[in-house]
Amino acid sequence: MITLAHLLVLSGILFALAVAGVFINRKNIILLLMCVELLLLAANFNFIAFARYLGDIGGQVFVFFVLTVAAAESAIGLAILVVLFRERRTINVEDLDTLKG
Amino acid sequence: MLVEVLFYVFATILIAAALAVIISKNPVHAALFLVLSFVTSAAIWLLIEAEFLAIVLVLVYVGAVMVLFLFVVMMLDIKVEEHRRGFTRYAWLGWITAVAVIVEIVGVVTARRFGVDITRGAAPWPASYSNTQALGSVLYTHYAYPFELAAVVLLVAIVAAIALTTRTRRGLKRQDINRQVNVQSTDRVRLVKSMDAKSP
Repeated sequence: MITLAHLLVLSGILFALAVAGVFINRKNIILLLMCVELLLLAANFNFIAFARYLGDIGGQVFVFFVLTVAAAESAIGLAILVVLFRERRTINVEDLDTLKG
Repeated sequence: MLVEVLFYVFATILIAAALAVIISKNPVHAALFLVLSFVTSAAIWLLIEAEFLAIVLVLVYVGAVMVLFLFVVMMLDIKVEEHRRGFTRYAWLGWITAVAVIVEIVGVVTARRFGVDITRGAAPWPASYSNTQALGSVLYTHYAYPFELAAVVLLVAIVAAIALTTRTRRGLKRQDINRQVNVQSTDRVRLVKSMDAKSP
């Protein structure tokens, strides 16, 4: 029997790995985007687990919307990445300091 | 019992794939491991009876988003080595953060504050239960307005992605409707006197 604790711990580990990935791959924008996808996946795990164990389908509807927005986000993110690479010939985060932020 | 074994197998594959995503040197390998982690996630969602979303995850992520990722990774000519120089400098910070997040989440999970006993399994649905039907029956009634907004978000994403990546090349011959409509006959036809006209 899979319990709620199983799923919450699994999604916690997944989330933590993705956060670690953001730190480790902080040079490469494309790997950062992949880590963001993993973060969203971990969040979706929690939504689905609670939807199942509280018997409320609303959590699954939320996952549906999260998937929609994540698809839009990655499409626009990759479009920006392509434009950036075309302009600057690099996707290294440290070279992208035009705004001096 | 079988479900538990399957869960542990898939969870192990999922964590290994996620680990491989964040430490692999080649972005193409990272994208392929991300595909593996999405597929195993879909399998785990099937185990907890979220069938529709499991299929949607495979279709949308593996079918569309990851193909887009691979396409972009292979289109951009990235030199992998120079992106790895900072690895050891910040890796310890990443691992400390990861351990902190795991400890915090396990602490919250074991505190039993959700008003639900997290150590018990969910009651199985009756055989006639359809996850897709249940989702659809609330999606098109109670969540109809957010559903429309999601469609608008996708439309905006399409327009934004195309508007960002389209480029006008120099010397491209384009149709200018305004000039076409306002053109005069004198712009196009020039009557010249032929030399032959004078001769009888």
